[in-house]
Amino acid sequence: MKILILAEHDDLQLSPSVHQAVTAAQFWNSPVHVLVAGNHADAVAQQAASIDGVERVVHANADHLAHPLAEDIASLLVSISEGYDVILAAHSSFSKNALPRVAAMLDIAMISDVLEIKADNTYVRSIYAGNVLTTIQSTDAVQLLTVHGSNFAAASLGGNAEIVNTEIPASFKKASWKSEVRSQSDRPALGSAKIVVSGGRSLGSAEKFEQVLSPLAYKLGAALGATRAAVDAGYAPNDIQVGQTGVVVAPELYIAVGVSGAIQHTYGMRDSKIVVAINQDPDAPIFQVADYGLVADLFDVIPELTAAIQ
Amino acid sequence: MKILVAVKRVVDYNIKVRIKADGSDVDIEGVKMGINPFDENALEEALRLKEKGIATEVVAVSLGTSANQDVLRHSLAMGADRAILIEASADLQPLAVAKLLKSIVAREEPNLIILGKQAIDDDAGQTGQMLAALLDYPQGTFASTLQIEGDEVTVTREVDGGTETLALALPAVITADLRLNEPRFVKLPNLMMARKKPIETINAAELGVNLDARLKLIQVSEPAVRKAGIKVDSVEELLSKLRSHEGILV
Repeated sequence: MKILILAEHDDLQLSPSVHQAVTAAQFWNSPVHVLVAGNHADAVAQQAASIDGVERVVHANADHLAHPLAEDIASLLVSISEGYDVILAAHSSFSKNALPRVAAMLDIAMISDVLEIKADNTYVRSIYAGNVLTTIQSTDAVQLLTVHGSNFAAASLGGNAEIVNTEIPASFKKASWKSEVRSQSDRPALGSAKIVVSGGRSLGSAEKFEQVLSPLAYKLGAALGATRAAVDAGYAPNDIQVGQTGVVVAPELYIAVGVSGAIQHTYGMRDSKIVVAINQDPDAPIFQVADYGLVADLFDVIPELTAAIQ
Repeated sequence: MKILVAVKRVVDYNIKVRIKADGSDVDIEGVKMGINPFDENALEEALRLKEKGIATEVVAVSLGTSANQDVLRHSLAMGADRAILIEASADLQPLAVAKLLKSIVAREEPNLIILGKQAIDDDAGQTGQMLAALLDYPQGTFASTLQIEGDEVTVTREVDGGTETLALALPAVITADLRLNEPRFVKLPNLMMARKKPIETINAAELGVNLDARLKLIQVSEPAVRKAGIKVDSVEELLSKLRSHEGILV
């Protein structure tokens, strides 16, 4: 039995989520291989090789894998899939895009965003925006899944895996990468920040959102998040949306400012260690999931909180 | 240019679904159903392409029991030209849906297929990508903008930490994100007219696709809920709790 992990990276840095995928893969007590597909991503292959628990890094290097298309990642994965009993990745926009294609090509089901792996090809995942947990058993010979990163600890360094280069199928001609916009920010990345400050629609405008929350986030060294309502109202960019249709976060401290606590939002932050909610409405659902609630006008207390932080 | 849009019938997005007492499944008996919101974005985009004169025909397709006629009527009322129901048992998983859609694509030969990026019931987010793979078509998933010029579609995709723009040769598969557009409201007269329109029904069994569920449902359960904590009265009290009780040095 062998396991293959699809690694996410930007040709320079391996995504921290790969460490979580490696921990998830340990469930099967079998050799774990990691596929690094990119354009001169040798440094990334080295990083993957140094994860404890990885036996081999399969390195696919090609010009057309610089901004990899789902079509190319899928055909590459299928071409090397022989002999692997489990194919997995951390759940992200990258893996969600490519892996269902692999599933269809191999004629197997895919299990998305697994919270818990159990014996006998059985998995726990959530449905209905996290309101229901479902336990399902796959009847397929090959298991193909993405795992919910924050439910698995990050594997440590200390490994020294072999790195082998692999043949690459011809590129898919019918799609091409044009451009990308990555939000540049000197704040920590939302997905991996230790503290997250999130704002809701009560902030009232894009200016206020920035004006009220930025100093607090700066002082705490926190990432900034937003509810879908705040994003839809144009107060914050979509890539900082926390929730079912945005980013799922699990920081040490989550501060929800003027956030009502819609189900789709709480889905994205309920694994946070400590939740603080500040909202004027004492009946806001966010208080049901908060460890510490402060019923107050955010425009009064956020500057006060910012000033009081050491 | 013909556009095919797949629409799924799901529990209405405002409803918090309950679990059957024996934990065997969710209880959707008598619960209000509706069109999957992401699929409504998909349909809206197709209709706008028709209004711009780029598309000539929009065909909505839904898969499941005859109960799915309601989401097809909704699609017709929004402005779809035709509706097809692929009749099958209720539990169709993404791979089976993709295979059935592939046979409809073979019959209809659309230039573009648009689906929602995920369904709000199973949250799988797989069908569009699976369909694209089975057809060997390019895919543009989680689309927030879409532009067609000649035989190419340019798609801006919502990805972790930003956006990405791809160009795809038609025919292609697109999956819609909520930010793609704001679906129109269905006017009552249109709904009345849609009731009179025919819905073509095809029995899934005739399409020669293996529909067996690959994933067996063992049980459903309630997730552990976070417990509500305490209310504090001031910023000062909040900070002292965080510092002394939680060891958070703020």
